[in-house]
Amino acid sequence: MSAFLRLLFRNRLAALGAVVLGAILLLVLAIPLLPLPDPDVIATADRFQPPFSEGHLLGTDHLGRDLLSRLLYGTRLSLAVGVVAALIAASIGSAIGIIAGYFGGRIDNIIMRGVDMLMAFPYILLALAIVAALGPGLLNALIAVAAVNIPFFARNIRGITAGLAQREFIDAARLAGLGHTRIILQELFPNVLPVIVIAMSTTVGWMILETAGLSFLGLGSQPPQADLGSMLGEARAALISAPHTSFVPGVMIFLIVMSVNLLGDGIRDALDPRLKSGALSRPLPMTQVRRRGDVPPATDDLLAIQHLETQFHVGKRIYRAVNRVSLAVKPGECLGVIGESGSGKSVTALSVMGLVSSPPGVITGGAVRLEGEDLLGAKYETLRAKRGEKVAYIFQDPLATLHPLYKVGHQLAEAIQVHHKPSDREARARALDLLKSVRMPNAESRLDNYPHEMSGGMRQRVGIAMALANDPEVIIADEPTTALDVTVQAQILALLDDLRRERGLAIVFITHDFGVVAQLCDSVAVMYAGRIVEQGPTDTVLNAPAHPYTKRLIACVPELGGGQRELAAIPGLPPVVDNLPEGCAFAPRCDKARDECRRGDIPLDGQAPRAVRCLFPEEPVT
Amino acid sequence: MGRYILKRLLSAIPVLLGITVIVFLIMAMIPGDPATAILGSYATPENVAKLNRDLGLDKPLVQRYFIWLGNMLTGDFGRSFSLNRPALDEIVERFSATLVLAGTSFVLCSLLGILAGVVSAARQYGLADKAITFVVLIGISVPSFFLGMMMILLFAVNLRWLPVSGMYAIYGGGDLPDLLRHLAMPALALAAVATGVIARLSRSAMLEVLRQDYIRTARAKGVPERRVLMGHALRAAMVSIIPVLGIQAGFVLSGAVYIELVFQWPGVGRMLVDAILKRDIILVQGGVVFVAACYVLFNIAVDVAQSLLDPRIKT
Ligand code: SF4
Repeated sequence: MSAFLRLLFRNRLAALGAVVLGAILLLVLAIPLLPLPDPDVIATADRFQPPFSEGHLLGTDHLGRDLLSRLLYGTRLSLAVGVVAALIAASIGSAIGIIAGYFGGRIDNIIMRGVDMLMAFPYILLALAIVAALGPGLLNALIAVAAVNIPFFARNIRGITAGLAQREFIDAARLAGLGHTRIILQELFPNVLPVIVIAMSTTVGWMILETAGLSFLGLGSQPPQADLGSMLGEARAALISAPHTSFVPGVMIFLIVMSVNLLGDGIRDALDPRLKSGALSRPLPMTQVRRRGDVPPATDDLLAIQHLETQFHVGKRIYRAVNRVSLAVKPGECLGVIGESGSGKSVTALSVMGLVSSPPGVITGGAVRLEGEDLLGAKYETLRAKRGEKVAYIFQDPLATLHPLYKVGHQLAEAIQVHHKPSDREARARALDLLKSVRMPNAESRLDNYPHEMSGGMRQRVGIAMALANDPEVIIADEPTTALDVTVQAQILALLDDLRRERGLAIVFITHDFGVVAQLCDSVAVMYAGRIVEQGPTDTVLNAPAHPYTKRLIACVPELGGGQRELAAIPGLPPVVDNLPEGCAFAPRCDKARDECRRGDIPLDGQAPRAVRCLFPEEPVT
Repeated sequence: MGRYILKRLLSAIPVLLGITVIVFLIMAMIPGDPATAILGSYATPENVAKLNRDLGLDKPLVQRYFIWLGNMLTGDFGRSFSLNRPALDEIVERFSATLVLAGTSFVLCSLLGILAGVVSAARQYGLADKAITFVVLIGISVPSFFLGMMMILLFAVNLRWLPVSGMYAIYGGGDLPDLLRHLAMPALALAAVATGVIARLSRSAMLEVLRQDYIRTARAKGVPERRVLMGHALRAAMVSIIPVLGIQAGFVLSGAVYIELVFQWPGVGRMLVDAILKRDIILVQGGVVFVAACYVLFNIAVDVAQSLLDPRIKT
């Protein structure tokens, strides 16, 4: 609770709301102590006195009554009426909701039908109908406002209760032979109460406003009794000649509603864990780059990742997701990058085209060079022109990575149209060719499908077709076959291999599966905790792994290209990269670890193209 | 699509019937002799007798309901005693004025709200975002009737840009420019709260969508950022914005009651308030049923729009 309050008050606006509302409440409670004139004493001689006049701090109204006094009494009345309406709506609505949610079935059905019908009205119509039947008056306005808010509570509370009613502790209570009433009162109600309180705190502002509104219309409090709404309503006639009489109650309503809103928002934010982690940040069009240190010089590779450092800055914590990683591919080459999830392999891949979500991602060092040109220093437009055109991505899980509301043909055509200017018809023809080139069955009719209408294998073919749209030079495939079954996976891999041979594509293949690497890649880099721990030609690494981690990874694959591929057989978990131990990151899971392993920085050592980051390698790599 | 619309229309029938039942039951709560209560100060013995005959007030409740329902279905909403004309004529005339006002406000708050939300999300934590968040906070906290009064003071009284009230000028008005001049203030005052609510929701819907994988895909394809925002992201965000537009339409319609009073707009809201104060129950119950029914139909249109946008909805 105190953590909740701290969170609430860290939100400065919520604190402001609390202060304003607190001040208003204090003033209202202090009414008996204040030297206020009677709010209803008429003195027509003193009518429409301006604010700050003798004896009337806020002036007087059209009957010469003291505005300050009327304001405070009116505020008290408005607040009281709003709160009472909220209490009534909450109790009746919650009772209905609990009954519907607890009993379920027919009872639930009938009740919720009724609630839906009440909610089919614009709220004020219902309130007006009730006032029409009962006659104008503050009490009737209160009843009307409470009544129109009952469905809101009923629906919310019913949802919560229906969820709770399925839980074991309710079953247990039933088996113990408790009656319905006891179960509802002793087991359900205490669990539902917090939700009721929150729902009330978010609606009480509305109810104050709604009752004030009805009074403003002349349907609520009747003279001489006045709440804020009827004060404003009476002042309306003199709006032009004595605007202060309108201003005073109007501003008060505004202050009350605003402070309640601010407080309500604060409560909601404090309770919503997503906002705490700052996860609801919008990722920028490209990853932020704040490089320290020198930019490495150009090489003659097609794509070169040089000493790349990518970090996630979350609050004060820094996660070193990618720590000085260097990789390179030449045309027609396939490079496998392998590691467990969290090893930094996907972040490395996404860093290339600035696609790491930022915030929280930041590239803090190194370079990514395409044909020698440094992409990390490039302007957005330069980078964008190369995305999909020179370097294309194939992502995992195409149900999430294809736009759900655009037809597949449209998404393919768009990939071309953002870089070239074909007519719609040409683009569509090209999209069809692409689908055919990835051997999509019934390509023609598939163009007009939405992603959700396809199978996983077909969607992944669309993903590949989209990557091929502009004949890129490099394809970065981020676990493109993980979500697929083994047969489809084999087909997709064969397809990629053909494309590489036919088109001279360079492929960077991110995976956690040595079987896939063996099938497709010329060379392989093994990543662990954000760093490369071993690299070399695929055959050599597979046949003579040097790093203990690589050896274990390979041992986990019972039969290359099939069977169980999880890395669960390695005891322990990969480390969290915000606080790495000194020395070898694998030491806690390594059975060869000695004291030396836990000291100093262990270099990636060996003779190109072989290298390993281990003091006691399984095989010599020189 | 045609079948889907038909299906939704059919499913509205029980809701519409429910509305009539609810209104009927509320009116049955009137204490004392209904005819006298309904007629109030118009209760001459002849009137009471006529009303009892017309509504069958001497008959049992259920039977009375069906007589009332049957009459409404044939277009007979009864006769307004305070205005001495058929209730339906008055309701339709007044409702069309409300439609002009609330319709304009609804378009305004949808466009402005979504635009503000998109800009706010695109510039999250930037100056524009903070400015919009602040204005939105004020907007959703000012009671619309107070805002309307303040606008009158500023734009009509002090600056003399716009007329104080009414729908048309009394002399020489009646054309479109005249209507627009009269419409500007009430439409804006009425749109304020809904604009704020829609802006807030659009902002969070956009932020939610921008984190999705398919946005990363669009960026990986090289789609320009403007198109990522206004195309890919907004389209997906609309799936959660549209239902809120439907709900906000109800709030705009409700708020129209206050705004019509402040600006002397000859709409159905003011008609209802006047009718309540004059105890013209026939007019009230007819008006409530009529407007609620229109709102139900409007919400069907919202559902249809949603199904056009989102192919995943089964039609
Ligand atoms: S450096 Fe030491 S702890 Fe690390 S992998 Fe090699 S042997 Fe194991």
